[in-house]
Amino acid sequence: MRVFRGYAMSILLYSVGMPVAYLFAMGVGLATLVDANQAAAFGGVSYLAFIAPALLVSAAVMTSSGEFSYPVMAGFKWRRTYYGPHASPLVPQQIAVGHIMAVTLRLLFQSAAYLGIMALFGASPSPWGWVSIPVATLSGLAFGLPLMAYSASLKQDKGQFALVQRFIVTPLFLFSGTFFPLDTLPLAVRWIGWISPVWHGTELGRVFSYGYDEDPLLTIGHVVFLLACAGVGWTLTQRCFVRRMGT
Amino acid sequence: MSVMAEGHEATEAARARKFGSLYSRNASAVVSRGLMATRSSNWLVMASGFLEPVLFLVSMGVGLGSIVGPVQGPSGQEISYAAYIAPALLAVSAMNGAIYDSTWNVFFKMNFAKLYQGMLYTSLGPLDVAMGEIFLALLRGLLYATGFTAVMGMMGLLTTPWALLMMPASVLIAFGFASFGMGVTSFMKTFQQMDWVNFFLLPMFLFSATFYPLSVYPEPIQWLVQAMPLWHGVELLRQISVGSFGPATVVHIGYYLVMILVGILLTTGRLRALFLK
Amino acid sequence: MKPDVVIAAHKLTKKYGDLAAVDGISFEVSAGESFGLLGPNGAGKSTTMKMIGGVSQRTSGQLSIMGLDPESHGPEVRAHLGVVPQQDNLDEELKVRENLLVYGRYFGLPLSYLRPKADELLEFAQLTEKAKSRVDDLSGGMKRRLTIARSLINEPRILLLDEPTTGLDPQARHILWDRLFRLKEQGVTLILTTHYMDEAEQLCDRLIVVDKGRIMAEGSPSSLIREHSTREVLELRFGSERNTRIGAELQGIGERLETLPDRVLIYADDGEAALEQVTARGLHPLTSLVRRSSLEDVFLRLTGRSLVD
Repeated sequence: MRVFRGYAMSILLYSVGMPVAYLFAMGVGLATLVDANQAAAFGGVSYLAFIAPALLVSAAVMTSSGEFSYPVMAGFKWRRTYYGPHASPLVPQQIAVGHIMAVTLRLLFQSAAYLGIMALFGASPSPWGWVSIPVATLSGLAFGLPLMAYSASLKQDKGQFALVQRFIVTPLFLFSGTFFPLDTLPLAVRWIGWISPVWHGTELGRVFSYGYDEDPLLTIGHVVFLLACAGVGWTLTQRCFVRRMGT
Repeated sequence: MSVMAEGHEATEAARARKFGSLYSRNASAVVSRGLMATRSSNWLVMASGFLEPVLFLVSMGVGLGSIVGPVQGPSGQEISYAAYIAPALLAVSAMNGAIYDSTWNVFFKMNFAKLYQGMLYTSLGPLDVAMGEIFLALLRGLLYATGFTAVMGMMGLLTTPWALLMMPASVLIAFGFASFGMGVTSFMKTFQQMDWVNFFLLPMFLFSATFYPLSVYPEPIQWLVQAMPLWHGVELLRQISVGSFGPATVVHIGYYLVMILVGILLTTGRLRALFLK
Repeated sequence: MKPDVVIAAHKLTKKYGDLAAVDGISFEVSAGESFGLLGPNGAGKSTTMKMIGGVSQRTSGQLSIMGLDPESHGPEVRAHLGVVPQQDNLDEELKVRENLLVYGRYFGLPLSYLRPKADELLEFAQLTEKAKSRVDDLSGGMKRRLTIARSLINEPRILLLDEPTTGLDPQARHILWDRLFRLKEQGVTLILTTHYMDEAEQLCDRLIVVDKGRIMAEGSPSSLIREHSTREVLELRFGSERNTRIGAELQGIGERLETLPDRVLIYADDGEAALEQVTARGLHPLTSLVRRSSLEDVFLRLTGRSLVD
């Protein structure tokens, strides 16, 4: 979509600058603290290798939380880009699909760039590492599509997106086994990880990027969970778009 | 009825005050407007600003802390990882809050809500508006800092009464960033330019010895980090949190005093550019 | 300078880059006068208003409001002003009555004065029932009235009104005019910009016609009409194809002739007589109308363009 071209520069900075900053700060800086104390906690891999797939997935989810929030509501309300194409014989579903495809492309591109940078850091030892790209993209959609449905149902911004960011995205980022294995957290907050696309995506990413030893059933469970989230979000989004634009 | 009561005392008195060319000594009107507007705004949004550093503290401090174990505190003694990062998170949240209020918020009210346009058609001067907005930002920062310090207390991370000084100290940090941020905003014309603020803040957040000691970096990078304001804030609060002071404490405080001074000079110098087109 | 002059501008100029939005205009306004700036969009009226309010810095020239330079004495000058900007900039985070109270606080006025004053102004603006409403829920006309009420909170000596009725329906406009007229009766100096000639004719004692940042003419509405136009105007429509061609055949009738794409205007002191001359030449317009000359005609005469494009 042409609308995206204006943001090319900042997308580039986000997809290259952020990974470098995070991988360096956490994977290299923080790692000196962590590896010195207890390397065994991460299943024998370096801390860098442990958090890299998590950062990759988190970045995808954050991007998607941005793209499926303000821009969707703004599309209806402020810029009316959605009403524009709507005047031509496009059905609402197609317009929703158009936005989703544009964001999916961005997620794929961004994840590929991220993985490339991970490789430069030596953070993706397994030859199957490339699978992390679709995994991260899927995680982004698993979180983003339900959010899109919510955004499409909003008529006015009263700070809801700031709330989504702070009450949902940030906790998911922090409590999804991103920086440490989920079971080091007390049971009382571990459930956040279980329902979090970030955790499911991260665990999947770990299986592929460094051969994390996991029960195959659980691995399948992750995929099913992510697909289910995305599917439900998709259906809800379609409904909201149709209702909002009244076909 | 008469709209123009001849020679009304109150309006005459208000006109007989002493005025500056950019200042009418009435920043408090801007502050009371801000407080009134807060009442009708979404309080959840306000509360959520306090929540963010708490989430970081719980996640990193408890989760990661159980793996990292105790680390070396500012005076060489061993402290828990949570106690190590808590003051840093407070400094980061003071920075984020102040920057948000003095850049995005000012930019939006200036260019979109046209709020300042209305204010500046009264006997308020640009300096009243700037001071009022900065004061509001600091007030909010103080509230958040108080809440965060209370959470630290509940988690057993406060071990000395000195730690209570973190609250005023984080206001000092916020003041530094707010006065500077407003000056910077005067150079901004579009939202895209505002994005650059984030590109500056994120690395500072990650690299300012927030989550691990500075010593992991090679020396040149250490110098670079030490030149950045956030590092001084992190170190200052960390020292206060364990009540261990030294000559470095004076340097950190001095850094912020200079930053506030430069920020105020910059902002006042740019007031006409910021508010009067 | 005469003693009762409250606003004096001398060669006032404002440039944005190379473009001169206001290009050396000079005028004086006396206390209690109702002074208008009439001109099309982009003529430099709003910029002039902003400079008077001290929120825009002039490029050159002199400006004095009640003897003070608004640039160096902004807050003090504005303590005497009430401003109604072109676009309502009400505080949407506050309720209707709060808007008045808070605005009064900006002038350093005490709440003991502001509370009764706010109620009085709400009544003046016919918004008493909306006191506790959100600004968002008001209609366009109500917002405009609230903005005007707000501008009166400090009992200003000078009221600046930038396009006060643009975008309002006719009924709302008349309510506003009535309110402004009462203020004028109470001795408030009104400075207003408008591109509506009926508004200028209703409200202004004296006005300047501005175009492209320059003053084209100055005077009272009636003297301007007398000076730059005839008593009456005959408007003829021959259908869009023929207006231009027939223009030539009408030469000599009346004092002056303007051919516009949609009609032909004949300026004459006696419109009916002119119409008789037209029919005497065997020309039969589709419609014809005799009316009094207005400021619109003055503007057309001075600039060759109409006010509202």
